[in-house]
Amino acid sequence: MKRGHILGLGIIAVAIVIIITSIGDASTYESFSTAKTMALNGKTEAIHVVGQLKKGQNGEVEGIEVGEDKTSFTFVMVDNDGTEQQVYYNEPVPADFKRSEQVVVIGTYKSKEMFVAEKILMKCPSKYQETDVKPSAS
Amino acid sequence: MMNTFIGNLGHFMVILAFVSALVSAVSYYYYTRASELDKPSWRNFSRITFYIHGFAAVSIAFCLFEIIYNHRFEYFYAYSHSSKGLPVHYMISSFWEGQEGAFILWIFWDVVLGLIIIHTNKFWEGPVMLVFALVQAFLVSMILGIVIGDLKIGSSPFMLLREVSEAPIFQINPEYIPEDGTGLNPLLQNIWMVIHPPTLFLGYASTLVPFAFLIAGLTLKRYSEWIRPALPWAIFSAMILGMGIIMGAYWAYVTLNFGGYWNWDPVENAVYVPWLIMVAAIHTMITFKKSSTALKTSMVLVIASFILVLYATFLVRSGVLGDSSVHSFTDLGLSGQLLIYMLFFLAIAIFLTVKEWKHIPTSEKEASVYSREFWIFIGATTLALMAFQVIVPTSIPAYNALVEIFGGLSNLAPPADQIGFYTKFQLWFAVALALLTGVGQFFWWNKMSKDDLKNALVTPYIISMVLAAIIITLGKVYDITYIVIVLSGAFTIVANGTILLKLLKGKTFKLAGGSLAHIGLGMILIGIMFSSGYSDTISINMSGLTYKKDWEDDLNKENVLLWINKPLQMKDYEVIYRGRYKKVVGVPGYVKADAMESLEGINEALALENIEVDGKAYFQKGDTLDLVLEENSYFKVEYYQGEELKFTLFPMSQPNPTMGLISSPDSKKYLTKDLYTHVSAINDYEEPEWNDDQFINAAPGEQFFINDFVTQFESADVVNEIDGVALEEGDIAVKAVLSIMDYDVKKELSPVFLIRGNQVGKIDYIDHDLGIKVEVDNIVPEENKFVFKVNTYQKDYVVMKAAVKPMINVLWLGTVIMLIGFSVAIYRRFDEFQKMKAKGLE
Repeated sequence: MKRGHILGLGIIAVAIVIIITSIGDASTYESFSTAKTMALNGKTEAIHVVGQLKKGQNGEVEGIEVGEDKTSFTFVMVDNDGTEQQVYYNEPVPADFKRSEQVVVIGTYKSKEMFVAEKILMKCPSKYQETDVKPSAS
Repeated sequence: MMNTFIGNLGHFMVILAFVSALVSAVSYYYYTRASELDKPSWRNFSRITFYIHGFAAVSIAFCLFEIIYNHRFEYFYAYSHSSKGLPVHYMISSFWEGQEGAFILWIFWDVVLGLIIIHTNKFWEGPVMLVFALVQAFLVSMILGIVIGDLKIGSSPFMLLREVSEAPIFQINPEYIPEDGTGLNPLLQNIWMVIHPPTLFLGYASTLVPFAFLIAGLTLKRYSEWIRPALPWAIFSAMILGMGIIMGAYWAYVTLNFGGYWNWDPVENAVYVPWLIMVAAIHTMITFKKSSTALKTSMVLVIASFILVLYATFLVRSGVLGDSSVHSFTDLGLSGQLLIYMLFFLAIAIFLTVKEWKHIPTSEKEASVYSREFWIFIGATTLALMAFQVIVPTSIPAYNALVEIFGGLSNLAPPADQIGFYTKFQLWFAVALALLTGVGQFFWWNKMSKDDLKNALVTPYIISMVLAAIIITLGKVYDITYIVIVLSGAFTIVANGTILLKLLKGKTFKLAGGSLAHIGLGMILIGIMFSSGYSDTISINMSGLTYKKDWEDDLNKENVLLWINKPLQMKDYEVIYRGRYKKVVGVPGYVKADAMESLEGINEALALENIEVDGKAYFQKGDTLDLVLEENSYFKVEYYQGEELKFTLFPMSQPNPTMGLISSPDSKKYLTKDLYTHVSAINDYEEPEWNDDQFINAAPGEQFFINDFVTQFESADVVNEIDGVALEEGDIAVKAVLSIMDYDVKKELSPVFLIRGNQVGKIDYIDHDLGIKVEVDNIVPEENKFVFKVNTYQKDYVVMKAAVKPMINVLWLGTVIMLIGFSVAIYRRFDEFQKMKAKGLE
């Protein structure tokens, strides 16, 4: 075999390793119920859950509890299947949190009751592209 | 008055630019095929059309900037990206905050590059400019803004607000013009954001040049001659892209949240990948020039770098990334167009390459392990694998989208811990690269046999071991991975340094580009290892507040709550938060926020006291102050060691009505480390929700408590003026003076009780820092008692994070050295090209 071939095979091998680990390390989108089942089965890797904040009758966000030292908080999130879940986040409340249309929490269940988010991604109503013009008094 | 002229002009210029690009493309096509006799007239016509295109492109930019500069808020672009309070240099940032502006920037750079090519190339102009004109047609189509039935082609930046908005106001009054725009994203209000996007887009645009030369080479069947003119451009492109990446990283470091300089965010990866491939392409192209090998590899890499730039644009701007990126780009409905753009050029490149593949010369000779070709090829392969490793997981959202198009459902998500995931691969690749550059450079300059290699490498090897040992000992690096990084970094620096010295002795500095760039790589590696690996968060919360859950013990509380004036121990430092400050035009440093009161005008405030710095008075009480961006507050944080004040930081934060709290860190920069401080949450200071009224009876001289503060009722005096205004005759005014000691700060609160005729006026006194509002509710002369009405809120506080980032300057210095290396290489290659051109060869 020529050295070029060995080299080629080596490159292909590394590429395959990269693809396999990428898939292996990739997280998944889950609902709270599947996430809970996974956690109960001992799978503790972080997964993504997509949902919204729980809102009351008049559209106010409900269930945000800020920790005493203001450095962490819990909130109630409703996933796309409608399951409600209390989520803990070890950071101060992100600024535009209450306005978010959609939240993605990345984390895992630490106990049966509590989902602990390592990271929160928020989608806010069209941040700087608002088409909703509020007329000023002029 | 609505100004529709400028928008119409802009839109006309967009259409002109589009049409002229197409005509230019067709004309250049005929030029390349024309007989020698007809060539001059075709060339003149092609050039004229391209000049017209250039003129139109510049006019588009001018029109858009005119709209922003003159605050024409009847235009959607100005309304949503700028505001009246913005200084001019941030208006420039507004220009490219929107995607349309970014495309205009890209178009503009392509025009500049195209003009340079027209005037520096004799031989290659036709086919190269054909590719340019086609690319321009695609780019301009992104901002065309033409709707045919349901088909929307491009998104025009010259839309009027009323055409975009469905707000009811426009039904009542179509001529309505908003008073002010919604402003520029505060995170982009940074000097680096003024120069980072143009640099990056110049990098994007410049990847086109080597690609266009390659396509020209294939069509003219000059399979190898294209390399010479393309090479300086490829190096230029790699340098500019690299510079753009570094500026972006530096911007992230100085303005963004706690993420540091690199987050492996899809948007960052999207630039990193084409850069790696471009760097790989440079190496194979240089090899080809020396030894006629690796021509096919060079072609594939040049095509890949150009297509990857388009793919990156597609990923970032098509909305396909959705919620997997923190960089939010709104989907303008351009996904289809972007995809066609990419596939079009991919198809052309593949078609031409496959068609000509058989004719492309290859070297049959097997590269020896002791040849430089072999080592450079391995290096290029490593770079390509690095790029591959990043692009595969970054594209996960694109796979999901693809699966969904075919009716499937994929729940694959990007890795949860992006930084950990990418680092574990990129780190080892980078170590391999560092070692390869060391060895490779020796092969490059000397023909080596087995023994020569040993001899040549022994000295640098020993020196680098010693250097590494010193770094490891001084830096207390005990992690095996990090030790390997230090070793490989030190080896690169020493090995390439040896070569550099040799070249300098030979007075051939212009050949030193490679070794300089590689020394930079070694420094970057070591800098990243220290600043990221040994980044030490010192703001660990030790408040000892009872944790509700046992699992909370495992989590690091990386934020601390600082009450105003209350000292807190953070590792080696005692830290005190001292309140909010503002920046005032004409005053050095910062001015306390409660020394001023906001006025109607934008960025205007009234001075409530004399403003002095270091004994020099800058403004008198009652003056109007010009603030530097009123929304920005700076939080004064003092760092003490022992009793001594070491330094003071002013991290910025802005409670933004549309984006919430926007914070930018402040750092104390030492030569060997940065101490980085970032605000994560603040008190609602402007409009506090006061607690219920409390009433306190006290006589002068007495002590009582407000909000747990020991309050001394110092005195009550009849005064003749209030705030410098003399009272009317018959008025009686009594000013009560209360003093509060808050740790080491003495605060004086002085509410006033005013009697005018039968009426009573109560002028309250608010101290935002302490969260106290006090007024004299009544005076009971018989008992010599005052009744104070007190409302309280919480004391001012700030929640912040702080970290020490060691050796970050090694990283920045490394990047600068690498960029210098690139520049030297460009100079050398361009010089070569010029000489060949002078001989009439190109």
